[in-house]
Amino acid sequence: MLLLIPLLPFLGFVLNSLAGRRLPRELSGGCASMAMLGAFGASVAAVRQLAAQPAGVHAISYHAMTWFSSGDFDVPFTLRLDPLSSVMVLVVTGIGFLIHVYSTGYMHEERPSEYARYFSYLNLFAAFMLLLVLAANFLVMFVGWEGVGLCSYLLIGFWYQKPAAADAGKKAFIVNRVGDVAFILGVLLTFVHFGTLDFQEVAGAANALAPDTSFGTVSAIALLLFIGATGKSAQIPLYVWLPDAMEGPTPVSALIHAATMVTAGVYLIGRNAVLFAHAPQVLLIVAMIGAATALWAGALGLVQNDIKRVLAYSTVSQLGYMFLAMGVGAYGAGIFHLFTHAFFKALLFLGSGAVIHALAGEQDLRRMGGLKHDLPVTYWTFLVGALAIAGIPGLAGFFSKDEILFRTFASGHQVLWIVGTLTSFLTAVYMFRLVFMAFHGPRHVEPRDAPAIAPHGGHLHDAPPSMAVPLVVLAFGSIVAGYLGVPAILHGANRLERFLAPSFEAPSSGGAASAQAAMEAGGGSLELALMIVASILALAGIALAARFYLTRPGTADRVAARFPGLYRFLLNKGYVDEIYDEAIVQPVRALAEGPLWRGLDVTVIDGAVNGIGAIVVETGGSVRKVQTGSMRAYAVSVLVGVVTILGYYVWR
Amino acid sequence: MAGLNHYLALSGLLFGIGATGVVLRRNLITMLLSIEVMLNAVNLSFIAFGRFLGAPDGQIIVFFVVTVAAAEAAVGLAIVIALFRHVESLNPDSFRELKG
Repeated sequence: MLLLIPLLPFLGFVLNSLAGRRLPRELSGGCASMAMLGAFGASVAAVRQLAAQPAGVHAISYHAMTWFSSGDFDVPFTLRLDPLSSVMVLVVTGIGFLIHVYSTGYMHEERPSEYARYFSYLNLFAAFMLLLVLAANFLVMFVGWEGVGLCSYLLIGFWYQKPAAADAGKKAFIVNRVGDVAFILGVLLTFVHFGTLDFQEVAGAANALAPDTSFGTVSAIALLLFIGATGKSAQIPLYVWLPDAMEGPTPVSALIHAATMVTAGVYLIGRNAVLFAHAPQVLLIVAMIGAATALWAGALGLVQNDIKRVLAYSTVSQLGYMFLAMGVGAYGAGIFHLFTHAFFKALLFLGSGAVIHALAGEQDLRRMGGLKHDLPVTYWTFLVGALAIAGIPGLAGFFSKDEILFRTFASGHQVLWIVGTLTSFLTAVYMFRLVFMAFHGPRHVEPRDAPAIAPHGGHLHDAPPSMAVPLVVLAFGSIVAGYLGVPAILHGANRLERFLAPSFEAPSSGGAASAQAAMEAGGGSLELALMIVASILALAGIALAARFYLTRPGTADRVAARFPGLYRFLLNKGYVDEIYDEAIVQPVRALAEGPLWRGLDVTVIDGAVNGIGAIVVETGGSVRKVQTGSMRAYAVSVLVGVVTILGYYVWR
Repeated sequence: MAGLNHYLALSGLLFGIGATGVVLRRNLITMLLSIEVMLNAVNLSFIAFGRFLGAPDGQIIVFFVVTVAAAEAAVGLAIVIALFRHVESLNPDSFRELKG
């Protein structure tokens, strides 16, 4: 059953990549979607099977084969489902299925061969992502980890004729490679230190150690794994690829660069929670990086004018929240936010995709406006998503975000709490700036090519059913997903966190969730107070956005004019790309081109190879004169040779 | 009574004559004949050793050599005829294309 979960999308990939170009669109898109639906069904069945296990058993495993074995080094190809991976497979297959369905509508204008290529990549991505979350050891996970990176590259560069898309794909791939180096070093160090790569065994071994007080080996492992996570999950300093990744088709941004792949880093830390818990210094780094990323990306999101880039920075910011949660030890809260974020961020991306689709590719917010009446389904679902991400009480984002903020505060990181709360204010501002600019106010739509935009007699068409249904389902999810983790203070049971708790403990330590329970009990009125603060800030953010972009348009421009330096700084994304270019890319290129290419490669390596060739040619040229072509000369030389050899043996 | 050394001396003499013929003569047919002389010089020493050691091995080898020599002569003559048709000459010095 477990094997079926990644295998079904993989079969979809095989089918679409081999036969897709000859299939009609309905069949290739349908097969891909059905493969995801099948995987979702298999996931549900597997999770039910997990739930039916006797108490104390928190994982089911499937040993497919021994991958390779060399001396002490033994890598089984094992899949394991535990509470943490249950949440992940359900998110990946469930939301993945919805996005596949949405894509059948969104990509409908592609040629059939391109259409099949798109769906084969999308299925391949799902297969690798499921392998990543189901892996029972680091190496199997690494296969999935690299596989999703590859699919991300392929899908960002899907419209490879467009140079910006091709460049963005390369950027994503290369920036991720930086993190992957750290990841694989962390895996190697894990093996050297613990002698095993199985997650449960590593957790058990780490649990037997005392937590690092100074920076020891466990801290080094945790730090390396975290650097790997910053690459995949777009955290400072490796976040720069994610905004550019928006060059890909919008459903790809929704699936890969919002809901699933970018959460792999959060998942990695959750998966190795025991290891990280034994490296308190690294946890502090994780929390600080998370909070800094959340704030920084939120600030950048304020001034972007591309609808997808706003959402991209929002994703980076929300991922920062998840890392903040991980860093303060609230693993359950982090995964909870991952879970709810998957719904509303996928919804927001798909909604923006519907807008872009209706406007025939227009992505600039300044040329939108007043779309509320033309795109009602898109508008209302988008609004739900925006309310959810802003943290309005009652919606999914509220519960998960407040859980994180409360845990941050309760664990004694007041500064980080302030950063997080400020970010939640920014979140509300930039999301509603987006909503008001795109959907409200006067119409700025300048049809670039009018017939393509409005084929139905002059007005824009709302999302077709294949796109509208996923939007509605996700909007529903964005409302109710939070109720899985209602905290005790609001008379909830926090079911999700209780369910997840065993995944963050070493397998042998029986008393699960005791620490968590103690923490929950300690909250009380403090938690309620923090919630109220955050909610007020969220509402204030919305009100501010409304004032700036709805009731008094032009206020934003005046504020921008008053702080021109700051505005330009944010608009140009803090010049981070330029700094990286100057500080890293250009020196590396100069080093590669000057000393390494012209110096080492051309003179030393090519010189050696060409030199050997020249020596052989020269020697051959002089020796070939010995060969006269005269048969008798050859006969004499044979005779002389025989006599010499015999003479040597006779008179030796 | 001739001893082993007499036979070997004769064999060495014949071999030397044959080798000299191969190197010095300028006619392919004669060179082939010289090779036959060399082969038979070797045959003679085989027979002599076989007789001297009282073992049949020497004679057996000689039979092999004779059969192979027959084949070699046939092939060699065929090649010579082919060469002659090609260049109208039996002088080995006119075949100078075997060089790099």
